[in-house]
Amino acid sequence: MSIVLEHVTYTYSPDTAYEIHALKDVNLEIKDGQFIGLIGHTGSGKSTLVQHLNGLVKATSGHIYFNGEDIYAPGYDMRKLRSKVGLVFQYPEHQLFEVDVLSDVCFGPKNQGLSQEEAQKRAREALRMVGLSEEYEKQSPFELSGGQKRRVAIAGVLAMEPEVLILDEPTAGLDPRGRDEILDEISYLHKERGITVILVSHSMEDVAKYVERIIVMNQGEVLHDGAPREVFRHYKELESVGLAAPQVTYIMHTLKERGFDADEDATTIEEAKETILEAFRKKGKKI
Amino acid sequence: MIKADKLVYNYRKYDEEGREKETIRAVDGVSFDVQKGDFIAVLGHNGSGKSTLAKHINALLTPSEGTLWVNGMDTSDEDHLWDVRQSAGMVFQNPDNQIIGTIVEEDVGFGPENMGIPTNEIWERVEESLKAVNMLKYRHHSPNRLSGGQKQRVAIAGVVAMHPKCIVLDEPTAMLDPNGRKEVIRAVRALNQVEDITVILITHYMEEVIYANKVLVMDDGKVVMQGTPREIFSQVDTLKSYRLDVPQATLLAWELKKAGLDLPDGILTREELVEALCRLY
Repeated sequence: MSIVLEHVTYTYSPDTAYEIHALKDVNLEIKDGQFIGLIGHTGSGKSTLVQHLNGLVKATSGHIYFNGEDIYAPGYDMRKLRSKVGLVFQYPEHQLFEVDVLSDVCFGPKNQGLSQEEAQKRAREALRMVGLSEEYEKQSPFELSGGQKRRVAIAGVLAMEPEVLILDEPTAGLDPRGRDEILDEISYLHKERGITVILVSHSMEDVAKYVERIIVMNQGEVLHDGAPREVFRHYKELESVGLAAPQVTYIMHTLKERGFDADEDATTIEEAKETILEAFRKKGKKI
Repeated sequence: MIKADKLVYNYRKYDEEGREKETIRAVDGVSFDVQKGDFIAVLGHNGSGKSTLAKHINALLTPSEGTLWVNGMDTSDEDHLWDVRQSAGMVFQNPDNQIIGTIVEEDVGFGPENMGIPTNEIWERVEESLKAVNMLKYRHHSPNRLSGGQKQRVAIAGVVAMHPKCIVLDEPTAMLDPNGRKEVIRAVRALNQVEDITVILITHYMEEVIYANKVLVMDDGKVVMQGTPREIFSQVDTLKSYRLDVPQATLLAWELKKAGLDLPDGILTREELVEALCRLY
């Protein structure tokens, strides 16, 4: 069970003066149950890539296989693909429209052909998953706070019970606690339900903290693909393509240059703390 | 430059028959004083009243109670409305909602043109404003082909061209990638330091706050903390209780200190942390 991309290329306005290659020969395998961070500067092709994964955009050339089936094969059921691969857009709260929270979350499962009763059951489960209790169900989604609205929107996708959840910058504009809460909930879903998560993010710190694999996009191509500590080792190259590494990476590399016997590949606060303390211990300091 | 005295703002909610249902006090008795040339950062969780407060500074909202003076003018006095708006320019989160021109230089010229500035002076202002945000070479470009950080700098240039004494930026980097954030913050700091424009920056990125000379923390419509970045970020636990964070270097220093390393309080930058650790090593 996985998503496989083979030589996927996407060209805007082909054969005209405005021709732009948004994706160039992208080859990827997204295995079941992975938690992936997708990074890249604005215009690097991240959003175009994720829109391919649920068939919203069709590749100009190349193949995409979902669970072994070619999604461009004649007769392939795109509706089924879209319910298996859930996509949460940027600022998804702008897409809320129903009179109350429960009806809004029911919209997806009802479209999948479920009965009112079954849809409500799914919606309630999804709302609990994102930490919204029963008292919110009858409220208007427009009267909620920014973080709560975003949770409702994410619940709307979860209620369709996707196998793959793609979130395009789910924390943009949220305060630090709201950001941590949403990411913790997504991380919990990934662990408990085993769903595959693809997190598109501009925050290197968030990516370092949560994901197991990072895909770096640049000018429509995959620039790096690996574990956070491997990818952020290339922090100078990342800067040259408009990205950055987590603050911790810079601190660790400078410490190493200044003679610290510590792991310069640490990318999170927790890892940095341990390796710095260890460096002091190795020098005989009692901590 | 800007002075608030016990400022209160109530949002009123109405039911279907138009009767007043409830009022929500978004800003609750806020007093502060901003001097010319200050760089003020405002922190606070979503719904803490930051944006409501910011909208008072260029009179998009006027106080329900209390008074706000901008450049000596009471913002509630309608005779001064346009002077207030000219003194205090505002930049919002989404650059796409703020750009109207089809060419960068036209967009930047829109503000001064509306003010009735003579044409040759408009062009001078457009040029100096684009230069101030390092976007002069894009003057003949179409805004929709620019990156987020570039668009946001064009939006800032549009405000600068109106020669404001103060710029209020409401989460100007929330939608940008790391490079875009860096460019915008660099432009904002240059306006503050070179052009001596007073800056009020609302943000959720703690790393952007360390350049401010004063930080206001809002919670529940009130200003709950006030001080230099160093003073504010020394109080990690208090900030966390307000749903906020500290810069990563500060957080790492705080964790290491808790584990027994003898580090000073209020470390803000990576460089400070590295120096402090090297002294101990």
